[in-house]
Amino acid sequence: MIKTDILIIGAGPTGLFTVFEAGLLQLKCHLIDSLPIPGGQCAEIYPKKPIYDIPSHPEILAGDLVEKLLQQIKPFQPGYTLGEVAISLEKTEDNQYIVTTDKGTRHCAPVIAIAGGLGSFEPRKPPIKDLEFYENKGVEYMIKDPEKFRNQNVVLAGGGDSALDWTLFLEGIASSVTLLHRRNEFRGALDSVEKVQQLKNQGRIQLLTPAEVIQIEGTEKVESLLINHNGEEIKKICDAFIPLFGLTPKLGPIADWGLEIEKNAIKVDNSLDYQTNLPGVYAIGDVNTYPGKLKLILCGFHEATLMCQSAFQRIYPEKKNVLKYTTVSGVKGFDGSHKQAQKATIKSIE
Amino acid sequence: MSNDITIHVIDRDGITHTLSAPTDMNLNLMELCKASDLPVEGICGGMALCASCQCYIESSHNFPQQSEDEEAMLAEAFYVKENSRLACQIHLHSNLEGLVVRIAPEG
Ligand SMILES: Cc1cc2nc3c(=O)[nH]c(=O)nc-3n(C[C@H](O)[C@H](O)[C@H](O)COP(=O)(O)OP(=O)(O)OC[C@H]3O[C@@H](n4cnc5c(N)ncnc54)[C@H](O)[C@@H]3O)c2cc1C
Ligand code: FES
Repeated sequence: MIKTDILIIGAGPTGLFTVFEAGLLQLKCHLIDSLPIPGGQCAEIYPKKPIYDIPSHPEILAGDLVEKLLQQIKPFQPGYTLGEVAISLEKTEDNQYIVTTDKGTRHCAPVIAIAGGLGSFEPRKPPIKDLEFYENKGVEYMIKDPEKFRNQNVVLAGGGDSALDWTLFLEGIASSVTLLHRRNEFRGALDSVEKVQQLKNQGRIQLLTPAEVIQIEGTEKVESLLINHNGEEIKKICDAFIPLFGLTPKLGPIADWGLEIEKNAIKVDNSLDYQTNLPGVYAIGDVNTYPGKLKLILCGFHEATLMCQSAFQRIYPEKKNVLKYTTVSGVKGFDGSHKQAQKATIKSIE
Repeated sequence: MSNDITIHVIDRDGITHTLSAPTDMNLNLMELCKASDLPVEGICGGMALCASCQCYIESSHNFPQQSEDEEAMLAEAFYVKENSRLACQIHLHSNLEGLVVRIAPEG
Protein backbone atom coordinates (compact mmCIF):
# COMPACT_ATOMS: atom_id res chain seq x y z
CA MET A 1 0.00 0.00 0.00
CA ILE A 2 1.38 3.41 -1.02
CA LYS A 3 0.97 5.98 1.79
CA THR A 4 1.18 9.74 1.41
CA ASP A 5 -0.26 13.01 2.75
CA ILE A 6 -2.09 14.16 -0.38
CA LEU A 7 -3.04 11.65 -3.03
CA ILE A 8 -3.51 13.48 -6.33
CA ILE A 9 -5.62 11.88 -9.05
CA GLY A 10 -4.44 13.39 -12.34
CA ALA A 11 -0.94 14.56 -13.24
CA GLY A 12 -2.00 17.49 -15.46
CA PRO A 13 -0.73 21.01 -14.75
CA THR A 14 -3.08 21.38 -11.76
CA GLY A 15 -2.02 18.10 -10.13
CA LEU A 16 1.66 18.86 -10.71
CA PHE A 17 1.50 22.34 -9.18
CA THR A 18 -0.33 20.90 -6.16
CA VAL A 19 2.87 19.00 -5.33
CA PHE A 20 4.73 22.31 -5.10
CA GLU A 21 2.21 24.10 -2.90
CA ALA A 22 1.90 21.04 -0.66
CA GLY A 23 5.68 20.78 -0.47
CA LEU A 24 5.96 24.33 0.84
CA LEU A 25 3.79 23.13 3.73
CA GLN A 26 5.98 20.03 4.11
CA LEU A 27 3.19 17.74 2.89
CA LYS A 28 4.11 14.77 0.67
CA CYS A 29 2.25 13.92 -2.53
CA HIS A 30 1.70 10.95 -4.81
CA LEU A 31 0.18 11.26 -8.30
CA ILE A 32 -1.93 8.74 -10.25
CA ASP A 33 -2.53 9.11 -14.00
CA SER A 34 -3.87 6.85 -16.71
CA LEU A 35 -1.36 8.34 -19.16
CA PRO A 36 2.15 6.90 -19.16
CA ILE A 37 3.59 10.44 -18.85
CA PRO A 38 2.69 13.47 -16.70
CA GLY A 39 1.18 16.64 -18.22
CA GLY A 40 -2.53 15.89 -18.81
CA GLN A 41 -4.09 17.68 -21.79
CA CYS A 42 -0.91 19.70 -22.33
CA ALA A 43 1.09 16.51 -22.88
CA GLU A 44 -1.53 14.43 -24.67
CA ILE A 45 -3.43 16.88 -26.86
CA TYR A 46 -1.18 19.86 -27.64
CA PRO A 47 2.45 19.51 -26.44
CA LYS A 48 3.84 21.43 -29.45
CA LYS A 49 1.29 24.27 -29.36
CA PRO A 50 1.90 27.64 -27.68
CA ILE A 51 -0.03 29.01 -24.68
CA TYR A 52 -0.18 32.77 -24.29
CA ASP A 53 -2.01 33.28 -20.99
CA ILE A 54 0.32 31.84 -18.39
CA PRO A 55 1.22 34.81 -16.18
CA SER A 56 4.79 36.01 -16.87
CA HIS A 57 5.23 33.70 -19.90
CA PRO A 58 4.30 35.78 -22.97
CA GLU A 59 4.45 32.50 -24.87
CA ILE A 60 5.26 28.96 -23.81
CA LEU A 61 4.77 25.58 -25.50
CA ALA A 62 2.42 23.32 -23.55
CA GLY A 63 5.12 20.63 -23.44
CA ASP A 64 7.65 23.13 -22.05
CA LEU A 65 5.16 24.23 -19.38
CA VAL A 66 4.94 20.62 -18.20
CA GLU A 67 8.76 20.31 -18.23
CA LYS A 68 9.09 23.43 -16.10
CA LEU A 69 6.45 22.25 -13.63
CA LEU A 70 8.29 18.92 -13.27
CA GLN A 71 11.50 20.81 -12.62
CA GLN A 72 9.78 23.03 -10.06
CA ILE A 73 8.33 20.11 -8.08
CA LYS A 74 11.39 17.86 -8.27
CA PRO A 75 12.73 18.83 -4.80
CA PHE A 76 9.46 17.55 -3.32
CA GLN A 77 10.01 14.05 -4.70
CA PRO A 78 6.44 13.13 -5.61
CA GLY A 79 5.58 9.48 -6.16
CA TYR A 80 3.94 8.40 -9.41
CA THR A 81 1.54 5.63 -10.38
CA LEU A 82 1.39 6.12 -14.16
CA GLY A 83 -0.52 4.17 -16.80
CA GLU A 84 -3.19 3.20 -14.25
CA VAL A 85 -6.77 4.44 -13.80
CA ALA A 86 -8.05 5.24 -10.29
CA ILE A 87 -11.27 3.28 -10.12
CA SER A 88 -12.43 3.20 -6.51
CA LEU A 89 -12.47 5.36 -3.40
CA GLU A 90 -13.18 3.96 0.09
CA LYS A 91 -13.14 5.64 3.47
CA THR A 92 -11.48 3.86 6.39
CA GLU A 93 -12.58 4.00 10.03
CA ASP A 94 -9.72 6.34 10.95
CA ASN A 95 -10.78 8.94 8.36
CA GLN A 96 -8.30 7.99 5.68
CA TYR A 97 -9.12 7.26 2.05
CA ILE A 98 -8.03 4.27 -0.01
CA VAL A 99 -7.86 4.64 -3.78
CA THR A 100 -7.38 1.53 -5.91
CA THR A 101 -6.40 1.48 -9.60
CA ASP A 102 -7.50 -0.81 -12.41
CA LYS A 103 -4.26 -2.75 -11.92
CA GLY A 104 -4.96 -3.22 -8.21
CA THR A 105 -2.40 -0.71 -6.87
CA ARG A 106 -3.67 0.62 -3.53
CA HIS A 107 -2.96 4.08 -2.14
CA CYS A 108 -3.86 5.51 1.27
CA ALA A 109 -4.01 9.18 2.29
CA PRO A 110 -5.93 11.49 4.66
CA VAL A 111 -6.52 13.93 1.78
CA ILE A 112 -7.52 13.24 -1.82
CA ALA A 113 -7.09 15.89 -4.50
CA ILE A 114 -9.00 15.03 -7.65
CA ALA A 115 -7.27 16.93 -10.47
CA GLY A 116 -8.75 14.74 -13.17
CA GLY A 117 -9.32 17.42 -15.83
CA LEU A 118 -11.78 16.33 -18.50
CA GLY A 119 -11.35 12.76 -17.27
CA SER A 120 -9.01 9.85 -17.59
CA PHE A 121 -7.42 9.58 -21.05
CA GLU A 122 -8.55 6.34 -22.63
CA PRO A 123 -8.15 4.91 -26.14
CA ARG A 124 -10.75 5.76 -28.77
CA LYS A 125 -12.30 2.55 -29.96
CA PRO A 126 -13.49 2.23 -33.56
CA PRO A 127 -17.12 1.12 -33.92
CA ILE A 128 -16.43 -2.47 -35.08
CA LYS A 129 -18.83 -5.24 -34.09
CA ASP A 130 -17.61 -7.44 -31.18
CA LEU A 131 -14.42 -5.41 -30.86
CA GLU A 132 -14.60 -5.65 -27.08
CA PHE A 133 -14.85 -9.44 -27.17
CA TYR A 134 -11.41 -9.58 -28.82
CA GLU A 135 -9.72 -7.17 -26.34
CA ASN A 136 -6.61 -8.89 -24.95
CA LYS A 137 -7.32 -11.71 -27.42
CA GLY A 138 -5.45 -10.04 -30.24
CA VAL A 139 -6.93 -6.54 -30.03
CA GLU A 140 -4.75 -3.98 -28.21
CA TYR A 141 -5.12 -0.20 -28.09
CA MET A 142 -1.81 0.60 -26.46
CA ILE A 143 1.45 -1.20 -26.90
CA LYS A 144 2.95 -1.74 -23.51
CA ASP A 145 5.16 -4.71 -24.29
CA PRO A 146 6.25 -4.82 -27.95
CA GLU A 147 7.88 -8.25 -27.38
CA LYS A 148 4.39 -9.67 -27.22
CA PHE A 149 4.19 -9.23 -30.99
CA ARG A 150 7.41 -11.08 -31.80
CA ASN A 151 6.83 -13.44 -34.74
CA GLN A 152 3.20 -12.40 -35.03
CA ASN A 153 1.29 -11.06 -38.00
CA VAL A 154 0.22 -7.59 -36.92
CA VAL A 155 -2.27 -5.14 -38.46
CA LEU A 156 -2.23 -1.51 -37.31
CA ALA A 157 -4.86 1.11 -38.17
CA GLY A 158 -4.58 4.89 -37.90
CA GLY A 159 -3.15 7.91 -39.65
CA GLY A 160 -1.19 9.76 -36.99
CA ASP A 161 2.16 9.64 -35.26
CA SER A 162 1.49 6.63 -33.06
CA ALA A 163 0.38 4.46 -36.01
CA LEU A 164 3.50 5.47 -37.95
CA ASP A 165 5.90 5.11 -35.02
CA TRP A 166 4.64 1.68 -34.01
CA THR A 167 4.70 0.47 -37.61
CA LEU A 168 8.39 1.41 -37.73
CA PHE A 169 9.10 -0.18 -34.38
CA LEU A 170 7.18 -3.42 -34.86
CA GLU A 171 8.64 -4.01 -38.33
CA GLY A 172 11.79 -5.28 -36.65
CA ILE A 173 9.93 -7.57 -34.23
CA ALA A 174 6.77 -8.96 -35.83
CA SER A 175 6.86 -11.46 -38.68
CA SER A 176 4.66 -9.16 -40.78
CA VAL A 177 3.30 -5.65 -40.32
CA THR A 178 0.37 -4.15 -42.21
CA LEU A 179 -0.65 -0.51 -41.75
CA LEU A 180 -4.02 0.64 -42.93
CA HIS A 181 -5.60 4.07 -43.01
CA ARG A 182 -8.75 5.55 -44.47
CA ARG A 183 -6.81 7.78 -46.85
CA ASN A 184 -3.41 8.11 -48.47
CA GLU A 185 -2.28 11.11 -46.45
CA PHE A 186 -0.79 10.60 -42.99
CA ARG A 187 -0.59 13.28 -40.32
CA GLY A 188 2.71 12.73 -38.59
CA ALA A 189 6.33 13.79 -38.33
CA LEU A 190 7.78 14.06 -41.84
CA ASP A 191 10.65 11.79 -40.87
CA SER A 192 8.32 8.94 -39.84
CA VAL A 193 6.19 9.32 -42.96
CA GLU A 194 9.31 9.01 -45.11
CA LYS A 195 10.60 5.97 -43.23
CA VAL A 196 7.26 4.19 -43.59
CA GLN A 197 7.34 5.02 -47.31
CA GLN A 198 10.81 3.43 -47.55
CA LEU A 199 9.73 0.25 -45.76
CA LYS A 200 6.78 0.02 -48.11
CA ASN A 201 8.99 0.50 -51.17
CA GLN A 202 11.31 -2.24 -49.89
CA GLY A 203 8.35 -4.55 -49.42
CA ARG A 204 9.07 -4.87 -45.69
CA ILE A 205 5.60 -3.73 -44.66
CA GLN A 206 2.24 -3.75 -46.35
CA LEU A 207 0.43 -0.42 -46.61
CA LEU A 208 -3.29 -0.47 -47.36
CA THR A 209 -4.97 2.85 -48.21
CA PRO A 210 -7.72 3.85 -48.40
CA ALA A 211 -8.77 1.00 -46.18
CA GLU A 212 -10.83 0.26 -43.10
CA VAL A 213 -11.43 -2.82 -40.97
CA ILE A 214 -15.08 -3.78 -41.15
CA GLN A 215 -15.14 -7.01 -39.19
CA ILE A 216 -13.00 -9.16 -36.91
CA GLU A 217 -13.16 -12.94 -37.28
CA GLY A 218 -12.01 -15.75 -35.00
CA THR A 219 -13.69 -18.10 -32.56
CA GLU A 220 -11.52 -17.59 -29.44
CA LYS A 221 -9.13 -14.88 -30.59
CA VAL A 222 -8.38 -12.68 -33.58
CA GLU A 223 -7.70 -14.93 -36.60
CA SER A 224 -8.46 -12.63 -39.51
CA LEU A 225 -9.86 -9.26 -40.46
CA LEU A 226 -12.33 -8.30 -43.12
CA ILE A 227 -11.01 -5.12 -44.70
CA ASN A 228 -12.57 -2.71 -47.14
CA HIS A 229 -9.66 -1.73 -49.37
CA ASN A 230 -10.49 0.79 -52.04
CA GLY A 231 -14.09 -0.42 -52.20
CA GLU A 232 -13.14 -4.09 -52.37
CA GLU A 233 -13.52 -6.55 -49.49
CA ILE A 234 -10.37 -8.49 -48.62
CA LYS A 235 -9.61 -10.96 -45.87
CA LYS A 236 -6.38 -10.62 -43.95
CA ILE A 237 -5.10 -13.43 -41.75
CA CYS A 238 -3.42 -12.02 -38.63
CA ASP A 239 -2.71 -12.57 -34.91
CA ALA A 240 -3.08 -9.01 -33.69
CA PHE A 241 -5.09 -5.91 -34.56
CA ILE A 242 -3.94 -2.59 -33.09
CA PRO A 243 -6.31 0.37 -33.73
CA LEU A 244 -4.46 3.61 -32.89
CA PHE A 245 -6.97 6.45 -33.03
CA GLY A 246 -5.72 8.56 -30.17
CA LEU A 247 -7.07 8.98 -26.65
CA THR A 248 -10.16 10.69 -25.37
CA PRO A 249 -10.93 11.80 -21.79
CA LYS A 250 -13.74 10.02 -19.89
CA LEU A 251 -14.80 11.00 -16.36
CA GLY A 252 -15.46 7.29 -15.87
CA PRO A 253 -15.53 5.71 -12.41
CA ILE A 254 -15.08 9.02 -10.53
CA ALA A 255 -18.72 9.72 -11.37
CA ASP A 256 -19.74 6.83 -9.07
CA TRP A 257 -17.77 7.87 -5.97
CA GLY A 258 -20.71 9.59 -4.30
CA LEU A 259 -19.55 13.05 -5.35
CA GLU A 260 -22.02 15.71 -6.45
CA ILE A 261 -21.72 15.89 -10.24
CA GLU A 262 -23.04 18.68 -12.40
CA LYS A 263 -22.52 18.84 -16.20
CA ASN A 264 -19.84 16.15 -16.08
CA ALA A 265 -17.83 18.04 -13.42
CA ILE A 266 -17.52 17.79 -9.62
CA LYS A 267 -19.29 20.44 -7.56
CA VAL A 268 -17.05 22.14 -4.99
CA ASP A 269 -17.21 24.86 -2.38
CA ASN A 270 -15.37 27.69 -4.09
CA SER A 271 -16.00 30.23 -1.35
CA LEU A 272 -13.55 28.31 0.84
CA ASP A 273 -11.24 25.52 -0.27
CA TYR A 274 -12.57 23.54 -3.28
CA GLN A 275 -13.69 20.69 -1.07
CA THR A 276 -16.36 18.35 -2.44
CA ASN A 277 -19.34 16.98 -0.54
CA LEU A 278 -16.99 14.31 0.91
CA PRO A 279 -14.84 15.84 3.69
CA GLY A 280 -11.14 15.57 2.83
CA VAL A 281 -11.82 15.03 -0.87
CA TYR A 282 -11.04 18.12 -2.95
CA ALA A 283 -11.55 18.71 -6.67
CA ILE A 284 -9.35 21.23 -8.49
CA GLY A 285 -8.65 22.33 -12.06
CA ASP A 286 -10.78 21.45 -15.08
CA VAL A 287 -12.60 18.67 -13.20
CA ASN A 288 -14.52 20.93 -10.83
CA THR A 289 -17.42 23.31 -11.24
CA TYR A 290 -18.74 26.27 -9.28
CA PRO A 291 -20.48 29.51 -10.25
CA GLY A 292 -18.20 31.40 -12.63
CA LYS A 293 -15.79 28.49 -13.19
CA LEU A 294 -13.24 28.90 -16.01
CA LYS A 295 -11.30 25.89 -17.30
CA LEU A 296 -7.91 27.56 -17.49
CA ILE A 297 -4.47 26.53 -16.28
CA LEU A 298 -3.96 29.60 -14.14
CA CYS A 299 -7.29 29.01 -12.38
CA GLY A 300 -6.17 25.44 -11.60
CA PHE A 301 -2.97 26.78 -10.04
CA HIS A 302 -4.93 29.15 -7.82
CA GLU A 303 -7.34 26.41 -6.74
CA ALA A 304 -4.44 24.06 -5.93
CA THR A 305 -2.84 26.71 -3.70
CA LEU A 306 -5.95 27.35 -1.60
CA MET A 307 -6.76 23.65 -1.42
CA CYS A 308 -3.33 22.83 0.08
CA GLN A 309 -3.87 25.32 2.93
CA SER A 310 -7.11 23.58 3.82
CA ALA A 311 -5.50 20.13 3.49
CA PHE A 312 -2.79 21.21 5.95
CA GLN A 313 -5.42 22.18 8.54
CA ARG A 314 -7.17 18.86 8.04
CA ILE A 315 -3.98 16.86 8.52
CA TYR A 316 -2.62 19.00 11.41
CA PRO A 317 -5.69 20.52 13.11
CA GLU A 318 -3.61 21.56 16.12
CA LYS A 319 -0.98 23.45 14.10
CA LYS A 320 -1.37 26.99 12.92
CA ASN A 321 -0.08 27.76 9.47
CA VAL A 322 1.24 31.21 8.72
CA LEU A 323 1.72 32.19 5.09
CA LYS A 324 5.37 32.69 4.23
CA TYR A 325 6.75 34.14 1.00
CA THR A 326 9.10 31.78 -0.87
CA THR A 327 11.47 34.73 -1.34
CA VAL A 328 11.72 35.11 2.42
CA SER A 329 11.78 31.52 3.62
CA GLY A 330 13.18 29.80 0.50
CA VAL A 331 12.19 26.34 -0.72
CA LYS A 332 13.24 23.35 1.37
CA GLY A 333 13.02 20.16 -0.66
CA PHE A 334 12.51 16.66 0.75
CA ASP A 335 15.71 15.77 -1.10
CA GLY A 336 17.75 17.93 1.28
CA SER A 337 18.01 20.83 -1.18
CA HIS A 338 17.42 24.36 0.06
CA LYS A 339 16.90 27.20 -2.40
CA GLN A 340 17.23 30.61 -0.83
CA ALA A 341 17.50 34.24 -1.77
CA GLN A 342 21.02 35.57 -1.50
CA LYS A 343 21.71 37.62 1.59
CA ALA A 344 22.74 41.19 0.99
CA THR A 345 26.43 41.81 1.52
CA ILE A 346 27.17 44.29 4.25
CA LYS A 347 30.62 45.70 4.16
CA SER A 348 32.07 48.95 5.30
CA ILE A 349 33.72 51.38 2.93
CA GLU A 350 36.87 52.80 4.46
CA MET B 1 -30.75 41.36 -33.34
CA SER B 2 -30.22 42.14 -37.00
CA ASN B 3 -26.88 40.30 -37.07
CA ASP B 4 -28.34 37.05 -35.81
CA ILE B 5 -28.99 33.96 -37.91
CA THR B 6 -31.13 30.94 -37.12
CA ILE B 7 -29.56 27.48 -36.98
CA HIS B 8 -31.29 24.14 -36.41
CA VAL B 9 -29.31 21.52 -34.50
CA ILE B 10 -30.68 17.96 -34.24
CA ASP B 11 -29.35 16.21 -31.12
CA ARG B 12 -28.61 12.49 -30.66
CA ASP B 13 -32.23 11.82 -29.62
CA GLY B 14 -33.53 13.36 -32.83
CA ILE B 15 -34.81 16.50 -31.14
CA THR B 16 -34.37 19.72 -33.12
CA HIS B 17 -33.07 22.77 -31.27
CA THR B 18 -33.55 26.09 -33.02
CA LEU B 19 -30.78 28.44 -32.02
CA SER B 20 -30.33 32.09 -32.67
CA ALA B 21 -26.67 32.77 -33.38
CA PRO B 22 -24.77 36.05 -33.47
CA THR B 23 -22.50 36.47 -36.52
CA ASP B 24 -20.44 39.33 -35.12
CA MET B 25 -18.81 37.52 -32.20
CA ASN B 26 -16.29 35.37 -34.05
CA LEU B 27 -18.05 32.17 -32.95
CA ASN B 28 -17.94 28.76 -34.54
CA LEU B 29 -20.71 26.15 -34.54
CA MET B 30 -19.03 24.01 -31.83
CA GLU B 31 -18.87 26.99 -29.47
CA LEU B 32 -22.50 27.88 -30.21
CA CYS B 33 -23.64 24.31 -29.41
CA LYS B 34 -21.63 24.21 -26.17
CA ALA B 35 -22.96 27.60 -25.10
CA SER B 36 -26.47 26.26 -25.75
CA ASP B 37 -25.81 23.19 -23.54
CA LEU B 38 -26.03 20.76 -26.45
CA PRO B 39 -23.94 17.56 -26.08
CA VAL B 40 -21.00 18.68 -28.22
CA GLU B 41 -17.81 18.18 -26.25
CA GLY B 42 -15.21 20.21 -28.12
CA ILE B 43 -12.37 18.54 -26.22
CA CYS B 44 -9.55 20.15 -28.23
CA GLY B 45 -11.11 23.57 -27.98
CA GLY B 46 -11.61 23.90 -31.74
CA MET B 47 -8.21 22.96 -33.15
CA ALA B 48 -9.50 20.13 -35.40
CA LEU B 49 -7.64 17.69 -33.18
CA CYS B 50 -10.35 15.57 -31.56
CA ALA B 51 -13.45 15.18 -33.79
CA SER B 52 -15.68 15.34 -30.71
CA CYS B 53 -17.61 18.09 -32.53
CA GLN B 54 -18.39 16.07 -35.67
CA CYS B 55 -21.78 16.84 -37.23
CA TYR B 56 -23.64 16.09 -40.45
CA ILE B 57 -24.82 18.94 -42.65
CA GLU B 58 -28.44 18.29 -43.57
CA SER B 59 -29.27 21.44 -45.54
CA SER B 60 -27.91 22.47 -48.91
CA HIS B 61 -25.75 25.40 -47.84
CA ASN B 62 -22.51 26.07 -49.62
CA PHE B 63 -19.40 25.70 -47.51
CA PRO B 64 -15.84 26.71 -48.06
CA GLN B 65 -13.57 23.69 -48.65
CA GLN B 66 -12.30 21.70 -45.71
CA SER B 67 -8.86 22.65 -44.51
CA GLU B 68 -6.13 19.99 -44.55
CA ASP B 69 -6.37 19.69 -40.77
CA GLU B 70 -10.10 19.07 -40.90
CA GLU B 71 -9.74 16.48 -43.66
CA ALA B 72 -7.00 14.67 -41.75
CA MET B 73 -9.02 14.62 -38.53
CA LEU B 74 -12.17 13.38 -40.25
CA ALA B 75 -10.08 10.57 -41.77
CA GLU B 76 -9.43 9.34 -38.24
CA ALA B 77 -12.92 9.94 -36.86
CA PHE B 78 -15.67 7.33 -36.60
CA TYR B 79 -19.17 7.31 -38.18
CA VAL B 80 -17.93 9.64 -40.93
CA LYS B 81 -20.27 10.27 -43.87
CA GLU B 82 -20.12 12.33 -47.07
CA ASN B 83 -21.74 15.27 -45.25
CA SER B 84 -19.55 15.12 -42.12
CA ARG B 85 -17.93 18.31 -40.89
CA LEU B 86 -16.20 19.44 -37.73
CA ALA B 87 -18.46 22.02 -36.10
CA CYS B 88 -15.46 23.89 -34.72
CA GLN B 89 -14.32 24.61 -38.27
CA ILE B 90 -17.65 26.16 -39.25
CA HIS B 91 -17.51 29.86 -38.71
CA LEU B 92 -20.91 31.41 -38.05
CA HIS B 93 -21.55 33.69 -40.97
CA SER B 94 -24.66 35.36 -42.38
CA ASN B 95 -24.70 32.96 -45.37
CA LEU B 96 -25.52 30.08 -43.00
CA GLU B 97 -29.03 31.36 -42.23
CA GLY B 98 -31.34 28.33 -41.82
CA LEU B 99 -28.49 25.78 -41.58
CA VAL B 100 -29.59 22.31 -40.42
CA VAL B 101 -26.99 20.06 -38.75
CA ARG B 102 -27.20 16.75 -36.90
CA ILE B 103 -24.78 15.90 -34.08
CA ALA B 104 -22.77 12.74 -34.89
CA PRO B 105 -22.71 9.80 -32.43
CA GLU B 106 -20.11 9.89 -29.68
CA GLY B 107 -16.92 8.08 -30.52
C1 LIG C 1 -5.93 22.45 -27.53
C2 LIG C 1 -6.06 23.07 -26.16
C3 LIG C 1 -5.57 24.36 -25.95
C4 LIG C 1 -5.65 24.93 -24.68
N1 LIG C 1 -5.15 26.19 -24.50
C5 LIG C 1 -5.16 26.75 -23.26
C6 LIG C 1 -4.62 28.05 -23.04
O1 LIG C 1 -4.16 28.73 -23.97
N2 LIG C 1 -4.63 28.54 -21.76
C7 LIG C 1 -5.14 27.84 -20.72
O2 LIG C 1 -5.09 28.33 -19.58
N3 LIG C 1 -5.69 26.60 -20.91
C8 LIG C 1 -5.71 26.07 -22.15
N4 LIG C 1 -6.28 24.82 -22.34
C9 LIG C 1 -6.91 24.16 -21.20
C10 LIG C 1 -5.87 23.53 -20.29
O3 LIG C 1 -5.08 22.60 -21.00
C11 LIG C 1 -6.58 22.86 -19.12
O4 LIG C 1 -7.24 23.86 -18.39
C12 LIG C 1 -5.59 22.14 -18.22
O5 LIG C 1 -4.92 21.11 -18.90
C13 LIG C 1 -6.32 21.57 -17.01
O6 LIG C 1 -5.40 20.95 -16.20
P1 LIG C 1 -5.83 19.82 -15.17
O7 LIG C 1 -4.56 19.41 -14.54
O8 LIG C 1 -6.93 20.33 -14.34
O9 LIG C 1 -6.44 18.65 -16.07
P2 LIG C 1 -5.85 17.80 -17.30
O10 LIG C 1 -4.79 18.53 -18.00
O11 LIG C 1 -7.04 17.38 -18.07
O12 LIG C 1 -5.20 16.53 -16.60
C14 LIG C 1 -5.99 15.61 -15.92
C15 LIG C 1 -5.29 14.27 -15.88
O13 LIG C 1 -6.00 13.41 -14.98
C16 LIG C 1 -5.99 12.11 -15.49
N5 LIG C 1 -7.11 11.36 -14.89
C17 LIG C 1 -8.41 11.74 -14.81
N6 LIG C 1 -9.15 10.83 -14.17
C18 LIG C 1 -8.29 9.83 -13.84
C19 LIG C 1 -8.45 8.58 -13.17
N7 LIG C 1 -9.63 8.17 -12.70
N8 LIG C 1 -7.35 7.80 -13.02
C20 LIG C 1 -6.14 8.19 -13.50
N9 LIG C 1 -5.93 9.36 -14.13
C21 LIG C 1 -6.99 10.17 -14.30
C22 LIG C 1 -6.10 12.28 -16.98
O14 LIG C 1 -5.60 11.14 -17.67
C23 LIG C 1 -5.27 13.55 -17.21
O15 LIG C 1 -3.93 13.24 -17.56
C24 LIG C 1 -6.23 24.23 -23.60
C25 LIG C 1 -6.73 22.94 -23.82
C26 LIG C 1 -6.65 22.35 -25.07
C27 LIG C 1 -7.16 20.97 -25.28
S1 FES D 1 -13.50 20.65 -31.06
FE1 FES D 1 -11.96 19.20 -31.44
S2 FES D 1 -12.17 18.87 -33.55
FE2 FES D 1 -13.67 20.36 -33.17
